[in-house]
Amino acid sequence: MKWEIVIGLETHTQLSTQSKIFSGSSTAFGAAPNTQANCVDLALPGSLPVMNRGAVDRAIRFGLAVGGTVSPRSIFARKNYFYPDLPKNYQITQFEIPVVVGGKIRFFVGDEEKTVNLTRAHLEEDAGKSLHDTFKGPQGEPATGIDLNRTGTPLLEIVTEPEMRSAAEAVEYAKTLHGLVVWLGICDGNMQEGSFRCDANVSVRPVGQKEFGTRTEIKNVNSFRFLERAILFEARRQIDVLEDGGTIIQETRLYDDVKDETRSMRTKEDAHDYRYFPDPDLPPLIISNEWIEQVRADMPELPVLRRERYETELGLPAYDAAQLTVTRGVSDFFEATMTRLPAEQAKLASNWIMGELAASLNREEREIADSPVTPEDLARLVQRVADGTLSNKAGREVFSAMWAGEHDRDVDAIIEARGLKQVSDAGAIGTLIDEVLAAHPAIVEEYRAGKQKAFNSLVGQVMKAGKGKVNPAQVNQMLKEKLG
Amino acid sequence: MTDISSFSLSGLRQALDGKQVSAVELAEAALNRAGQHASLNAFLHIDPELTLTQARAADERIARGDVHALTGIPIAHKDVFVTRQWRTTAGSLMLKDYVSPFDATVVTHLANAGAVNIGKLNCDEFAMGSGNENSAFGVCRNPWDPQAVPGGSSGGSAVAVAAGIVPISTGTDTGGSVRQPAALCGVSGIKPTYGTVSRFGMVAFGSSLDQAGPLARHAKDLVTVLDTISGFDPMDSTSLQDCLGTPNVAGRVQQAFDKASAGYREGGVRPLQGLRIGVPREYFGAGLNSEVAAAVEAALVELEKLGAVRVAISLPNTELAIPAYYVIAPAEASSNLSRYDGVRYGHRATAYRNIDEMISRSRAEGFGAEVQRRILIGSYVLSQGYYDAYYLQAQRIRRLIVDDFHQALSTQCDIIVGPVTPDVAKNIGDNNEDPTADWLADIYTLGVSLAGLPAMSVPCGFGRNGTRPVGLHIIGNYFDEGRLLAVADCFQQHTDWHTRTPDIQS
Repeated sequence: MKWEIVIGLETHTQLSTQSKIFSGSSTAFGAAPNTQANCVDLALPGSLPVMNRGAVDRAIRFGLAVGGTVSPRSIFARKNYFYPDLPKNYQITQFEIPVVVGGKIRFFVGDEEKTVNLTRAHLEEDAGKSLHDTFKGPQGEPATGIDLNRTGTPLLEIVTEPEMRSAAEAVEYAKTLHGLVVWLGICDGNMQEGSFRCDANVSVRPVGQKEFGTRTEIKNVNSFRFLERAILFEARRQIDVLEDGGTIIQETRLYDDVKDETRSMRTKEDAHDYRYFPDPDLPPLIISNEWIEQVRADMPELPVLRRERYETELGLPAYDAAQLTVTRGVSDFFEATMTRLPAEQAKLASNWIMGELAASLNREEREIADSPVTPEDLARLVQRVADGTLSNKAGREVFSAMWAGEHDRDVDAIIEARGLKQVSDAGAIGTLIDEVLAAHPAIVEEYRAGKQKAFNSLVGQVMKAGKGKVNPAQVNQMLKEKLG
Repeated sequence: MTDISSFSLSGLRQALDGKQVSAVELAEAALNRAGQHASLNAFLHIDPELTLTQARAADERIARGDVHALTGIPIAHKDVFVTRQWRTTAGSLMLKDYVSPFDATVVTHLANAGAVNIGKLNCDEFAMGSGNENSAFGVCRNPWDPQAVPGGSSGGSAVAVAAGIVPISTGTDTGGSVRQPAALCGVSGIKPTYGTVSRFGMVAFGSSLDQAGPLARHAKDLVTVLDTISGFDPMDSTSLQDCLGTPNVAGRVQQAFDKASAGYREGGVRPLQGLRIGVPREYFGAGLNSEVAAAVEAALVELEKLGAVRVAISLPNTELAIPAYYVIAPAEASSNLSRYDGVRYGHRATAYRNIDEMISRSRAEGFGAEVQRRILIGSYVLSQGYYDAYYLQAQRIRRLIVDDFHQALSTQCDIIVGPVTPDVAKNIGDNNEDPTADWLADIYTLGVSLAGLPAMSVPCGFGRNGTRPVGLHIIGNYFDEGRLLAVADCFQQHTDWHTRTPDIQS
């Protein structure tokens, strides 16, 4: 039987506010345990939550960026459950009416374009952390420590429709969303510190079946690689269970990256009744049009707009335009490069950024902001390729030299020093061609007899004679002329 | 001079400013009286050194002329207002030794004004109760009759004023917890409009209902205290910045009171000329004790004599306030009280095998029966499958009750008057076999709380052979505290119920 995987993602993005969503304490990461928790975070008697407008600003930003509806009136609810790192023993979240409804994310999987619809995005507070393994009690005995520094950190939970059909698609969605929230400046995107965490709802069904299968939820995956592996494992597990005649239980599972497997955390039977109800300590969140317009005025140019501009003004293919706008960093790099190049060279610049530059960054696990090759450097390199000074191959050599910092990354100096200048002088190329034609009369005969292959062979000989530095386009053209 | 029981705030103010008495002397007198009447069990925590330090600071302020109306005046706080210097228990074993790292906004306002805190007052556990019998630290006794309950949940607050220990005190009112003990102890008390006084630092019970309010012998003294504690507080998201066009700041209540009082003074012998008093038919039904009915009727006649006009009105959903309140308040309480888990502070069980057991045992040991009952009810009505039938239905009733009051106060009358309670104070121990019987006695106060309206109680007579006080309920429109207090003050200028003092046997 052929199976189809169905995936929906819920992503918790930590919003980049200085202080917490309902209290004034700092959200900075890495402080000593429990030093960033005030009376509200500790849920001391008499403390009350006060909404941080900065968190709402960021939610509005997101809503506008994905084309969702910003709710003019949304409600904070209490989600009640007991857990030691949840000091109030309820979480303030949005339940019935979220701050953002709808919206969509567009991205490419390979060369196929996809659109995933968002169900909603809602504001909520994060819980603290329970430290089970690393913590020791006063006598050094194993114990659970509780760190409430993270308590009350603002989160925007972004929920998709169950529209993704492969792990690769889910990963591309997550990467695009990650790029977007960082682009918008609403999240620092630091996945190691937990600023961007995904829950994946996964089910499988026979291809062609309309109804969804029973889903499981994989909690708190904090890397794209693990997300892919967790979904692949979970889908395989479900297919195996079903093919063995079993049934899938609706449950919450945890991905173990060491064993590369998912494990059951809790089943629906022991699921909590969260007893949601509107939080009487917080009035409805009213967002006026003025507020929305204020946020809109402060927004950076959105990736969708840049993408459109790259296609219409620079003539880039849709794929290039999409890839260049996944992250703000790449897009800004491209824009800075293009300030020094004519529009006709946009595709060439795009090729270099998505090719050589991306590969080098990947290899060294660097962010584009830390690239040793600057947009100015890359623009000069692209110019030299465009004007025929460098062949593509020689260009790659120059790029590597620039990356390594040779000659202060001066493109012309590197070309000079390495003797990479492509011969474009008609006289010099003519001489080379004449020599080759004289040396290979047999091949010339074959060509005249109508063998197209013989022409390519002659080009090869000329290139060889020119030690790879002659301009192949020019060789082609002149050779044709000489052969009549 | 230090027998404060016969003095109003203005009398004490004159004495302090005229150096006839010092803040320290007043504080010492209050502490002494608290000690003399220890059997009333009005106070949970007293710390004379702390009190006298505040009193000395007040004397210094007075000496350099930096005087607010409350500078040097003794006050005491219900033990649900958190205080940095005094323990705060909320009447519960759960918080037996709890000390807050911050002061409630109400406490801060009063301390800034120079009022001297005498101590923390007994109350029903987490403000749940109407007899003060649910305090984990013992019942509090009614100064008029030690066999009688003082009412609740702000029982200690009413007792401390009635017994002449302090001239003013703070209380909180969720479903009548200021008005009802004020009525049963023969003192005055007001619950202002929801949102006018900050809830920051009040141990929460029912967040959408909780509101702080002062108690005093004289309605006029309530004006000063309420005015001092009122005002927008950025720490409380439900606190209001604006009261229908008037900023919610100190001075609002005082000015409204002064304006209304000035108008009444112009009326001469008929000061309340033209004031329309709504008398709800539903407040005078079968459950009302005849002595209470008679006292209220006599007060109405007095108000008519002063020029007011009686208007018969109907608040048809009055009875529904009971089930609606006993769904909404427990629902909110069940969630508000979740934080008491023994993890970070408060009572923690000593024997447990795992974290779940630690939490459940700590709560089972730390909470009393009534608190547990309301947590269970609240959890139940919020549960999946019951939420619509109970919680949402109760919210719909709440809306109807708001509409009832709106209808009456916008078209028929200026204020509403009736009884605060169906009966005078019951005996300590009565109804203990049926804990929900007390809930029915909240019928007149709950609707006002659900609607968020201001309302007060002023003494208007006695029942049980003249031994147990009766309170007159005066309800107003939103933000009409100034007028309510002016009417009450006018009533008290022509009656002497509020000046009567109990002969305390101790």
